[in-house]
Amino acid sequence: MQHPQDLDAIIVGAGHNGLVAGCYLARAGLKVLVLERQPYIGGAAVSRRLYKDFTYSNCSYVCSLLRPEIMRTLELPKYGLQIIPYEGGCTMMQGGGHLAMYDNHDALRREISRHSKRDAEAYERYSRDVMRQCKFIKPLLMREPPDPTSFKPRDIKELLYLGKRFHGMGEERMYDTLRFWTMSAADFLDEYFESEIVKAHFAGTSIIGTALGPRSPGSAYVLLHHYMGDIDDTVGAWGFARGGMGAVTSALGASFQASGGTIRSGAPVAEILVRNGRASGVALADGEEIHAKLVISNMDVRRTFLDTMDAKELPDEFLRQVRNFKIRGSSGKLNIALDGLPQFPAIPQGSPCTRGDMHVTDTIEMMERAYDDWKDGRWSRAPYIDMLIPSQIDPTMVPDGKHYMSVFVQYCPYELADGAWTAAKRQAFGDTVINTIAQHSPNFKDLILHAEIRTPWDIENEVGLTEGNIFQGELTMDQLLFNRPIPGFAQYRSPVRGVYMCGSSTHPGGGVMGAPGANAARAVLRDLGRSP
Amino acid sequence: MAASAQYDCVVIGAGHNGLVCAATLAHAGRSVLVLETSAHVGGAALTREFAPGFRVSAGAHLLHLMPAALLRELKLESHGLEWAARGMPTTALLPDGPPLLVAGEHAEPGRALAPDPAAAAGQAMSAADAAALSSYTAQMRRFAAALVPMFSKVPPRLGTTDWSDRLALLRLGWQVRKLGRRDMRELLRIVGMNVYDLLEEHFDSAALKGALGLDAVLGANFGPRSPGTVLTLLYRLAAESAAGASGLSQPKGGMGAFCDALARAATAGGAVIRTGTPVAGILVEADRAVGVTLESGEHIRAQNVISNADPKTTFLKLLGPRHLDTGFVRRVDHIRTRGLAGKLHLALNRAPPFRDVSAASLRGRLLLSPSLQHIEHAYNHSKYGEFSASPVMEITVPSVNDPTLAPAGQHVLSAVVQYAPYALKEGWQSGRQRFVDTALDTLERVAPGLRNCVLGVELLTPLDIEREFHINGGHWHHADLAFDQFLMVRPVPGAAQYRTPVPGLFLCGAGCHPGGGVMGVAGRNAANEVLTQGLKSP
Repeated sequence: MQHPQDLDAIIVGAGHNGLVAGCYLARAGLKVLVLERQPYIGGAAVSRRLYKDFTYSNCSYVCSLLRPEIMRTLELPKYGLQIIPYEGGCTMMQGGGHLAMYDNHDALRREISRHSKRDAEAYERYSRDVMRQCKFIKPLLMREPPDPTSFKPRDIKELLYLGKRFHGMGEERMYDTLRFWTMSAADFLDEYFESEIVKAHFAGTSIIGTALGPRSPGSAYVLLHHYMGDIDDTVGAWGFARGGMGAVTSALGASFQASGGTIRSGAPVAEILVRNGRASGVALADGEEIHAKLVISNMDVRRTFLDTMDAKELPDEFLRQVRNFKIRGSSGKLNIALDGLPQFPAIPQGSPCTRGDMHVTDTIEMMERAYDDWKDGRWSRAPYIDMLIPSQIDPTMVPDGKHYMSVFVQYCPYELADGAWTAAKRQAFGDTVINTIAQHSPNFKDLILHAEIRTPWDIENEVGLTEGNIFQGELTMDQLLFNRPIPGFAQYRSPVRGVYMCGSSTHPGGGVMGAPGANAARAVLRDLGRSP
Repeated sequence: MAASAQYDCVVIGAGHNGLVCAATLAHAGRSVLVLETSAHVGGAALTREFAPGFRVSAGAHLLHLMPAALLRELKLESHGLEWAARGMPTTALLPDGPPLLVAGEHAEPGRALAPDPAAAAGQAMSAADAAALSSYTAQMRRFAAALVPMFSKVPPRLGTTDWSDRLALLRLGWQVRKLGRRDMRELLRIVGMNVYDLLEEHFDSAALKGALGLDAVLGANFGPRSPGTVLTLLYRLAAESAAGASGLSQPKGGMGAFCDALARAATAGGAVIRTGTPVAGILVEADRAVGVTLESGEHIRAQNVISNADPKTTFLKLLGPRHLDTGFVRRVDHIRTRGLAGKLHLALNRAPPFRDVSAASLRGRLLLSPSLQHIEHAYNHSKYGEFSASPVMEITVPSVNDPTLAPAGQHVLSAVVQYAPYALKEGWQSGRQRFVDTALDTLERVAPGLRNCVLGVELLTPLDIEREFHINGGHWHHADLAFDQFLMVRPVPGAAQYRTPVPGLFLCGAGCHPGGGVMGVAGRNAANEVLTQGLKSP
């Protein structure tokens, strides 16, 4: 490894954002070391073999948000990243029947009109309006949010840019945008659709990873956040990473090393060192000190500033706001090894919609009730699930004839009302999910060879995400843009010179997007007086 | 114009906003006619007998939002307005344990939540909470004060080249900037939050948090955990501090007497008020509102038509979609107008036996919302068209301050009861009695023996409010007060400046900025807009 004094920057955490930041800095000629607590890299974007020859994407499981400009610049395909789009998706209904999703527009229209002719018409308006909001937000993803409380020319310039883009939408659209950013997914969808199943299907993305219900104001934005995926530049297209989500981070790792960066895994950082009010390096758990003038944390803000830094180095007001940063565990995950392909009677044989995301929540009320359980410190008795069988499209993940199912579960609390998580409670949670699926698949239970059950508590302990929040912080309107993570510190810089944040706690937030990492790297380079 | 106008202005509806608007216009020298469907003025702000000898304010039972300046300008006191009580205290009732005095008597407005020394000393509130309460209150007051100037202003339009709009936006920004960086950042942080998280940050006592949280969701389609409830709370505090020095007040003779004074102020200025005169529709000629048609068939022509009715009634019923473009009609259709607040009135043979409630507290506002979880659970049911087994309440006993409301020695209890969903699944036909029983059982827990004092009961559900006061959805504010129905998007884009897409037609009701509660600001702003933008008689 490199000699410490050669180091320009240390990145704490080899999650996708840490690696993206590393890539950009290394490409700019900096000597960068990435330190990872786990023996493997990837953070929450990993492929792991936990049972025989089955590969699990055991945290994040879909690739849709990764910025194409990042994929191109860092040459990720060259380093083995290959993304295969979903072929469909569906929501199964309680009494049998289903709503299928197709990427073919006309096919989708026909499918929606099976449930409501009016909604098929409304879908045109809906997709146009959602697309418009995505187009408004997209350019903002790769920019540093302005600080409205500052008079710095750069902030004023960026505010004006924001204002200009907003203004450019025209009066009517500006009002729509104001409302869209602040309304609930349920109200938003009510303005378009009449059919429960159609509303329920589209509402799904509004609650994924969020401690909000579909009726909570602000959830409409979350719905859109998940639409910002950009595969082949079709907004909203989702896909599998061949070989599992680990393929994303291993490609990033390879790209990083190819540009001269160094990765040390199995090297947990105990403290970010500060000398004379500026970053001086890090101390590892075993006491080893590594020095560099720049320390960039891929950890969430709570972990970075409350657990890994000396409070004396930070302003009280800043610490208070960090303590109050909302980062709540609300999601669970099951990774299931299957002896074969489960049958779903509701879905016609050979329909492509099982080769995408499958759901079983057919009303918004079910989702809202699932949320009510979470508010009371229980896992949802009838959870919202987002299940996928990637092995249908990517056979490399499983032995011949076998299958891997990834089941994302909303809601599951970090802390239970009746005390700490136990093995028994985890199993009970898993059973709830498995039974929910079994209601729609008669042979599902018999096919289960192995199931990994992950609660927010498990996710925190393995991945290091505070409370197991998959976005490193709630995507609520009070924690977006120049408020993310907290007002006045939304520009990747911390109160301590040389200490930066590059995780999903920062703008534009979570999902395997890479934008925070890229933006943070740009901020670092600007401060070094180098053009990114 | 075809026929000549009989009036400069016709105001549809004699609710408090319609009357404020009419009075303002009349005093500015306009000829004004006010048309009211029912036999009395005031709309939902009236006092009426609900049991033999017992009278109560049917709608809002407290006056705390109307700007003092407005009261003065309209000379309401010279027109017969008297106060039964001002600066009323706020007390939290707790099912288990003594009540908690949250705000003392003559608490300054905008500081309705000021700590009371007695309460701070009492065992109910910890010293830490008492200290937190004063710093919290001070901060919320600063933030509220920054929002105050918004109220008396016409919300700016976006994207126009009109400098008055641009200036209004800048002024708004400047108000917030004036807070200084630290406060501005804190305001940015909390304004989009939910009140549950905010109060969790400051306080320990569940009772205190429950009491402070209730004001954020009273009359709103929200629970404490709904994002945006800090805004609704700040908004209420801002309105209160805009209102000036009187705090929570109770007009003598109830809200009806207050509106009678408003009506006298209007007529003193020359306005004509015709009650029992339902308007059937708005007359449109050459794409311009030129008057109204009464249900009697009579036509009344005017230069300007100003509607105090809610936006849906105004646009879809009185005007008719054919005069509007489809996009606008769709927006109006989507306004969320379903009320969730019920109003319970009890005729009592004696003062209500609230446990451990002092005489002073009984003169004030009693809150029954023991904790934030309790409110949230009550709200949960309303999301599914059900009601909670233990609803939350804002209670007053108006007859304590104003004996004229009940026979000697007897009393009236008036309570806002939440949540009472407009669209109750089982239907209000069968739900009504169950709701009343639920409310009485809930009250019994803090006032043992209350049931035996009850001589008469009246429940107004949102459905009743819709039918009796002609408010679509039976919503206090005519439309939910929420970020997406707020300021320049209230009630809908294109009608947020009191003007409408139809020249000559204006809105002046609670559906407009800055919303409902007996505030009168919408009526006043609308009048100013008519005076500057409306047609004058030749």
